[in-house]
Amino acid sequence: MALDRWIALIILSICLIYGYTAWFTMDASLAPFMKRNPIWPSTFPKVLSILAIAACLVILSGIEKPEKTEPEIDYRKLHEYKLGQAVLLLALMVAYALCLRPVGFIISTTSFLFFGALILGERKWLLMFSVAFIATMIVWYLVQQVLGIYMRPLPGIFGG
Amino acid sequence: MLEGLLIGLETAMSFQNLAMVIAGCLIGTFIGMLPGLGPMSIIAIMIPIAISIGDPSAALILLAGVYYGAIFGGSTSSILLNAPGVAGTVASSFDGYPMAKQGKAGKALTIAAVASFAGGTIGAILLMIFAPMLSSVALLFHSAEYFALMVVGLSAIAAFAGSGQVAKAIVMTLLGLILATVGEGTLFSLPRFTGGIMDLQSGLGFVTLAMAMFALPEALFLVLKPKEAGSAGGDIKDLRITRSEARAITPVIGRQSIQGFFIGVLPGAGATIASFLGYAVERNLASKEEQAEFGKGSIKGLAAPETANNAACTGSFVPLLTLGIPGSGTTAILLGALIALNVSPGPRLMIDEPQIFWAVIMSMFIGNLILLVLNLPLIPYIAKVLSIPRNFLIPFILFFTLMGAYIGQNNATELLILVGFGVCATALKFADYPLPPLLIGFILGGMLEDNFARSMQLYDGISFIWERPMALGLLVIAAMLLVLPSYRARIARHRAGGVADGD
Repeated sequence: MALDRWIALIILSICLIYGYTAWFTMDASLAPFMKRNPIWPSTFPKVLSILAIAACLVILSGIEKPEKTEPEIDYRKLHEYKLGQAVLLLALMVAYALCLRPVGFIISTTSFLFFGALILGERKWLLMFSVAFIATMIVWYLVQQVLGIYMRPLPGIFGG
Repeated sequence: MLEGLLIGLETAMSFQNLAMVIAGCLIGTFIGMLPGLGPMSIIAIMIPIAISIGDPSAALILLAGVYYGAIFGGSTSSILLNAPGVAGTVASSFDGYPMAKQGKAGKALTIAAVASFAGGTIGAILLMIFAPMLSSVALLFHSAEYFALMVVGLSAIAAFAGSGQVAKAIVMTLLGLILATVGEGTLFSLPRFTGGIMDLQSGLGFVTLAMAMFALPEALFLVLKPKEAGSAGGDIKDLRITRSEARAITPVIGRQSIQGFFIGVLPGAGATIASFLGYAVERNLASKEEQAEFGKGSIKGLAAPETANNAACTGSFVPLLTLGIPGSGTTAILLGALIALNVSPGPRLMIDEPQIFWAVIMSMFIGNLILLVLNLPLIPYIAKVLSIPRNFLIPFILFFTLMGAYIGQNNATELLILVGFGVCATALKFADYPLPPLLIGFILGGMLEDNFARSMQLYDGISFIWERPMALGLLVIAAMLLVLPSYRARIARHRAGGVADGD
């Protein structure tokens, strides 16, 4: 089975769970006066779930024959591409998301930009560090000082 | 009207006010480039500065400059990096980004600037002529018509349903609509589909989803397949629009300025629907060969949404200035600024304080003009962004997508959601699922359900569909927009199959 039909199967299962929630569990918490309303919070999701399940089944059954196009990246040969770099960058983004609050904006952003370039194979240490640091400071200055959106610059223990 | 124009011109042409426009345009353009900060947030940020000026005309002129600058800046990031930070510029990335990838970043930005200028200027002329009349038409639109209008907006997905892709496009749209139902619904404010997670209570952020659907997969593709990244837009060639291209986009700009303006007049419809609808309509009108170009770097596909969203922004001033009803988030903030400056917009504004009404209109003209004059020479430098070595560019793109999602919601969980959705979007892209319909569904989903719920309550059932002829008409148009392209394709295939024609 081709990838697009596997994905359709996954979407179908999501829609089934969504539909189950909409049809059978959501209305339980509805107060009696709300039930007199012509439309319930679950009405729209109910309609959506039926339509989405039908559309998924159309893809799964293969009624439509998509034209063969040359994909930008062939997922069957994924290992031939730089998969390692991509996965590392995603891990770096997750790490950044987890560090942003506790470690503070300046340290986490500088390291994010530095390690991002490192993962991609850059080895000019001084340039990497200065670009990362200067860019971080500019963005921080713009966001915090000019726009007035609060971002904790330093780790909490330094009173940031 | 001539007298009014002169009053406005006199106010707007003073040295102080010209400096305001220039400052506003520059600030707007540069901040607008940061994904996540749309016109609304930038204007909100500028309000304290504007109010401290004291003179309402000067303040409004500054804000109008910021507004137009921000819209243009937003298109810049969606064209160059495929990172639309504002819902209104999502449609610009459909064709703008492919153009940038082919090395035509400069041309794409020029078209965006010219189309925005034309849309804004024609919009301002229409505003001048029709403002008083249109205010009554805007009130004719009830929730049933809005619901139908959103459905028409959704029909823009047909543009992404290539041959054999109709079901995929529909699934993606429905998935977008499903994602829009996560969080508290307007009906009774009951939390839905949050799985008990508090952070989902307010729903998913638009910027988060836009970044996850467009910018992140694109950046990952650049990482996976480095060869193309090196050549992508490294050199900026053909900045100028050729004569034949100008001839091709002129009718598009003409049609979309008018259509965009009238959609913008309706409170709540706004720039987003105008841009999607503009894209869909132009695709349907285009000839067969041009239709194949859409989504792969068509100049028409870029000019249409750019013109429409600017014209719609201007159109949204009609209900604000004539009725005092803000039709969009941005005009709501402007209304706040006006009231703080001791001006109350409404039917009396044109009579009581004509100089303000006309100064606003003149500032739109001047803002658009200054924007064009300032940005055309800057375009080669802006496009240079793409020639930054990829080892530095990619971490920066990733950082800005994260920042965009973070600034909007100030919530680190949003960043994890962004990465998660980004991975899903990449998988969908591998399997050749079109991603724009998902975002269109998500953007329109909330409004669609609200208006649907409201009309259901008003009519106690779905009878509003046949009891309100305008709503029915719009729904018929939506169905036609969806069915027509595949019908045309079928006819074409029929002919190609060697079946003899009638004559």
